Parts: sequence; structure tokens; C-alpha cells
Amino acid sequence: MPERASSAFARWRRRPELWLLLVILIVGTIFSVTARGFLTLPNIIDLLETYSVQAIIAMGLFVVLVSGGIDISFAATASVAQYCAALLAARAGLPAPVVIVAGLTVGAALGCLNAALIHYLRITSIIATISMMSITFSLLMYFSGGRSIYDLPDWWTTRVTFYRTELESGDIVRITLPIVVMAAVALITWVLMTRASVGRQIYAMGGNPEAARRVGAKIGLLTFFAYGYLGVLAALGGMLQAHRVGESVPNAMVNTELAVLSAAVLGGASLNGGAGTVPGVLLGIVLLAILQNGLNLLGVSSYFFQIVIGITILVSTSITVISSRRGRRHRILGEEPANG
Amino acid sequence: MKDETPFLRLRSVSKRFGGVQALKDIDWEVRPGEVHCLVGENGCGKSTLIKTVAGVHPPTTGDIEIEGRSVLPLDPAKAKALGIQVIFQDLSLFPNLTVAENIAIEDSLGPALKPISRRHMRDVARKVLKRLDFEIDLDALVADLPVAERQITAIARGLAAEARLIFMDEPTASLTRAEVDRLLAIVARLQADGIAVVFVSHRLDEVVEIAERVTVVRDGSKVGTWPVAEVDQRRIANLMTGLDIETGVVARDMSGAEPLLEVDRLSRRGEFADVSFTLRKGEVLGIVGLLGSGRTELALTLFGMNRSEGGQIRLEGRELDLRSNRDAVNAGIAYVSEDRLSLGVVLPQSIEDNIVLAVMKRLTTGFGLIPTARRKELAAEWVRRLAVKIPGLDRPVQTLSGGNQQRVVLAKWLATHPKVLILDSPTVGVDIKNKQGIYEVVAELAREGVGVILISDEVMEAFATCDRVLQMRAGRIVGEVVPGTISEHEMEERIYA
Repeated sequence: MPERASSAFARWRRRPELWLLLVILIVGTIFSVTARGFLTLPNIIDLLETYSVQAIIAMGLFVVLVSGGIDISFAATASVAQYCAALLAARAGLPAPVVIVAGLTVGAALGCLNAALIHYLRITSIIATISMMSITFSLLMYFSGGRSIYDLPDWWTTRVTFYRTELESGDIVRITLPIVVMAAVALITWVLMTRASVGRQIYAMGGNPEAARRVGAKIGLLTFFAYGYLGVLAALGGMLQAHRVGESVPNAMVNTELAVLSAAVLGGASLNGGAGTVPGVLLGIVLLAILQNGLNLLGVSSYFFQIVIGITILVSTSITVISSRRGRRHRILGEEPANG
Repeated sequence: MKDETPFLRLRSVSKRFGGVQALKDIDWEVRPGEVHCLVGENGCGKSTLIKTVAGVHPPTTGDIEIEGRSVLPLDPAKAKALGIQVIFQDLSLFPNLTVAENIAIEDSLGPALKPISRRHMRDVARKVLKRLDFEIDLDALVADLPVAERQITAIARGLAAEARLIFMDEPTASLTRAEVDRLLAIVARLQADGIAVVFVSHRLDEVVEIAERVTVVRDGSKVGTWPVAEVDQRRIANLMTGLDIETGVVARDMSGAEPLLEVDRLSRRGEFADVSFTLRKGEVLGIVGLLGSGRTELALTLFGMNRSEGGQIRLEGRELDLRSNRDAVNAGIAYVSEDRLSLGVVLPQSIEDNIVLAVMKRLTTGFGLIPTARRKELAAEWVRRLAVKIPGLDRPVQTLSGGNQQRVVLAKWLATHPKVLILDSPTVGVDIKNKQGIYEVVAELAREGVGVILISDEVMEAFATCDRVLQMRAGRIVGEVVPGTISEHEMEERIYA
């Protein structure tokens, strides 16, 4: 019967959404009992908005992870795109559509540069993107001198509310632009990855790149799509971040890499490629959000949250490794030969 | 039938890779609905030939015709469109996708935003599997399937793409006999539909039963094509190697010699069970079984890489508790792995470094240093004894030919002065002359009293070098044969039956 057990284990590993949901329910229950103000609608909506930027970028990173690569440079890309857009808006006074398109283009270009390094020069994705992160972020700090841009135009910083309601308690709940964009990005990513040719090819490429090449998938184009998509979403996230805080700070996005990566990995995206789902990644974000918020409300040091992130990455990747090691022991042993 | 236009015709196709002539003037044809065997030793050019027909490598000169019309230039997509499908040995499946998605992979290709219909994929897959008269759970992930079902999935994928000619690269290497029979039944079905099948192999095996013709390739040239009825295993072997190998039997009766390694009911869950045998001093014991029979797993356990989960191993009467390969080396067991390139040598490092790798500790002086002179001396001695052809001791191992790389690996382990030497498929990818050299080394070691376990899937090799041959199947020892008491042919029958 060990066979059964291991295949149940494998199935359990392949549906990380289920156990993630379970963990979220448990953690959520604990916090709602221990932390006052945790399980309130305003707090939850507030959390959604706070994590919307990370969730948007996580969608892009998820696509790259499925393709079998990794990208560490997205925070730098987001910062560069945000700052370029801020310069165009505040210094050149360009209109909103031009600024937004320019920002997204910067993101796409940086993503494609990553893809070019990885596809044409065959540099390992982690090395290529770490180098790019270092280069682009340092260039940004050099040319900006680390100075923030505070005088963003009103169209950028004005809060956009799609739905607003007042609760009996007197608290006001708003569905704002970042939440709506996050939902739209999640939906688009989900459709692309499950219902469109490009997504299925990215899964295939992540599962077995050589086989994907042999069946005629265009590996180069898929690589450009994955990293370019992440670049665009990073730029979008960067601009939304400036929208939320009302200013462009060159190093505001730094250090979000680990949180975004762990959300994606928690949600079942494997660093070996070919695995993961959009709902899983969203649940990963939710778990990180409630952990951070709950620990905050309980007055636990924020360092502890960093420890939790580190541990979650370790645990979820070791589960992947352990289960694949089990899978390696193949069913060689046949039935006992009949006598005679 | 005789005047039929061949489905595929190659006209003096040649292929050069840099300075290497991989294919020389190949004229070859495959008839519609024919079952054809393409055999040759490893590295003889048969893979290049398939890849040329599949559009992966363009031929340097020559022409490829399909149904009488030249189809050059050819690329993989065009070859597929013309009905040529290759089922590579690794099957090229996507382990993370379902059976339906794998079979209907064509559905996923095309423009980026093309919508995907899961229902259509399942329909395609169901239809094809029905044609093959086979049932596989369409929603199972390929990673969860046993090897035989993966193979069926790969064949189904070829069929779904409207194949007219299917190449199967070493299709039976990892299948049990029952699974091979099912595969052959499927091939018969394909044939009835007018689909030609070419089996590609480095030996003649079960597939010969249903093949009509066999083509032998050697050193990039076609040796010839014969009706299967006109050639036998020995003739094919001679044609493949170009040598008239007289496989003299060397088997000696060693039952009087001192027992060296006694293995008693050794088991490891899921891999092998109740393996018992005794290896005597100076004996060459063969373990023959197909890929996936558990032979390599057994070797890894004897070498301490994987722990046994039952049974005993005794060396010179003393019970061994092998916790790691270091324990095994210290006890006097050496293992030359099947996968020489990834496990046996450190390719970019020098020949000298590789040879002394396993004996570092012995060379180390009291200060923890290794004197260069002693290293050199030791490496040079083994290079001489094994007649390794090298440009210099300081050259990286990757500059050597396969046969010489294999000798370096041997040297590395012989430097540990093993009592037991386990050789796992030592001549895979080694040409015939170097093979002979490796057999001579084995024979000499045996004369010096080393016990040798030779693991192989080539009956001929075991027949010609071993004193006794154990037959392994599905994780168990299922028989013992003394070469000479039965003929090679009979032994072949028993092992593949």
C-alpha cells in the first residue's frame, strides 16, 4: 500500500491550493480570535489594497516560473518604470495616456532584455536577472541621485473609488483602483495561462523544454512573452504603487522580491517550471497578507514576519524536492514469479 | 507491391558536423505500411539519420523524397506536416500535463491567443486511443503513468498528428515482455492502416518478429538492407561491427574458489527483492537484464549509495553495513557507473585528477597534503597498465574518446585496489575495438583474484566474458546460466522471453 500513499501525497502536492486554503482558514481563525480588528471588512479590504501591487507582480512572476525560469529583477524594473513615468509626468508634463504607455513600454523593454540574455546568450535566468537588477537599479539611483519625485500630477495621485459603502459601525469601505486592476490582471493571466495557446505552450515548455522544441513550440517567442509580460506587470505595479503613496521614491519597491517570490512558490509554482495556478498564487498572497497583518495587530516584531517568509519558502520547496525524490523510485519490482 | 513508390526515399544523403562525417551517401527507402528495423551500434549515425528525416538537421548533400517528390528544405514542422513522426527514446512527453493534453499537443500550438478547448483535446485523445484499442485515464498526469503507458501516449500523440511514418527509437528498452507484445499488436494495427513504422535499435530484439526488412548502418554508411528472414542475430552483429567476432566462451568453473561477496536475500522496497548470489575470488559474474529490470538499483545498493531494506551482504565472510559509498570503497568495493559522463568522471578536470580522485586519502601525507610526484606516478602507472591513449596527464578528460574515458574511470577505481569491481554496462557508447580492450582488462583483473560483477543488457557481451550469468527481471534474479552449457542463442531466448 505504500504506492497508494505516495500517489495521494503526490496529488496533495499537486493541489497546493487546497492545503493553502486550509492553512489560511486555520491562521485566519487564530488571528480573528486573538487579534482584535482582524476579521473586519475594512481591515480585509485594506489588506487587499495593500497587497494589490505585490499580487499584480506575482502574476507576472508566476508566468516566468511556469516557463521554467526565474526573475529577480522585477522590483528594479518596477522602480525604473515608475521613475521614468514620474519624470515624464512631473517634469515634461505629458498627458496620462502617454505616461502610462511609456511606463509600460519601459517595463516590457527591460523584460525583453532579460529574455534576450536568457534565450540568445543562454545565461541562466537567475544570473541574468540578478545582473540586470543590479545594473538597472544602480543606474536609477545614479541618475536620480536617490531623489524622490513628490510633485506627481493630480490624475496620478487622486484616489479612484469604484464602489463605496458605509457600514453600520461607521467604517467606510472602498473598492479602489488597485483592487480592480489586481482583479483584472488575475483574470487576464488566468485566461492566458489556461485558455489560450500561449499559456499551454508555456506550461509545456516548463515541463519539458526539449520536447516543446521538438513538437514545434517557438521557445524564443515564449521566453520573450513570459519575461515581457512580467516586465509589463512590474511597470504597472510600480505605477500603481506611486498612485497609492502619492510620490515616486526610487528605492520604495526594493526588498519586495522575496515576498512576491514566496507568494508564487507557496501557491504551487515550482522553481523547476511547469507547475502552479493563478488561484494558488493569489492564495499565496492572501496567506502572506494575513500573516503580516495578524502579527502586526498582535504587536509581533516585523522581523518575525521575514522569518516566516523564509521558512515558508524552505518548507514548500522541500516538499517539492522530497516528493520528486520519492517519485524517482520506480515501480520496478514485479510480482513474485509463480512456481514452476 | 514491388513497384510501389516508396513512402520515403533518401538519395545519397550525407551529413557533416564540422569535421565529422556523420552520414555518408545514404540511399534508403521505406515503403508505405512497412515495418522496418534500422540497426547499428551506438554512434553509428542512426540518430543523425532520423533527425535528418525529421527535419532537425538539414542534410549537407543529397535529397529526401516523400512519395516521389523532393521535400528539401525540411524543418521539423514541415516534416510533421508530411506525416513523419519520431518517438524519441525519452518519449519527449510533458510530465506536468495530462494525457489528453499530451496527445492533442497540436491543439496547443499555433498563434498565441488561439483559444484552447479542453473538450476538443479530450475528444482527439479519446479517438486516437480507441484506434489503438487502449485505455488510459485522459486526466492523469503523464508523470504518474508507468513507462509502458507513457509510450502508448507518445505513439498516440504521433497518430493524432496524422502520422504516415513513425520512427520509434529503442522502443522496447524499458518494457516487459507483456508490454512489448502489446506494443507489437499496436504496430500491427498501424500497419493495417498503411502507416509505416521504423524501429531504431542498437541490437536486434523482439521487434524483429514483425519486421519485414532490416537496414544496418555502420560508421555513417548504410551496410545494406535485407529481408529479416535472411539474417540472424550473429550476422547482424557482424554487419553492425564490421568484425567477424568469434565469441569464444571463457567460462571457468569457479565453484572451488573462495567465496568473496555473499549476497543473501537482499531487498529494497519497490526496486528489487530476495536477491541472493555468491561471487567468488577471481570470478566474473554477469548480471543480465533489460533496462529497468532493477540491475542498476542492485548495483547502487551493493555500492552503498542506497541502503538495503532487508537481507545481508558479506564480504570475505564479514557482514557489511554499508551506509554510504565511502563505506563500500573502504571495504574494497568499486563501482563503475552506467552513466559514465554524469557520474563517473569530472569531464573538465585533468586525467590525473580523475584517476587519483578516489584515493586522495591514501595519498595524503601526515600534513594533509598530497605530494604531486606521487599523484603523477600513480596516474601514469594506471594509464600505462590500461593502455589509455592520452595526449598528456594534464589534459581534461573531455578531450578523450568514449573508450578512453571509460578506461580513465576504470583506472580511478582500480587505483583503490578493489576486491570487488562492479561494472555497470561498461561498454555502452564504446566502439568495438575499445570494447575488446575493456574485456581484456576484466579478464586480467579476474586472474589477479578480483571478483568482477558485470552488469549488461547485451547477451553477447555477458556470454563472451563471464564465468556465470545471472538473469534479472522485474527486480528479481530469475535464472542462472553458464555460458557454453547452452548456446548464446538459447541464452538470448531465455533472457528476452
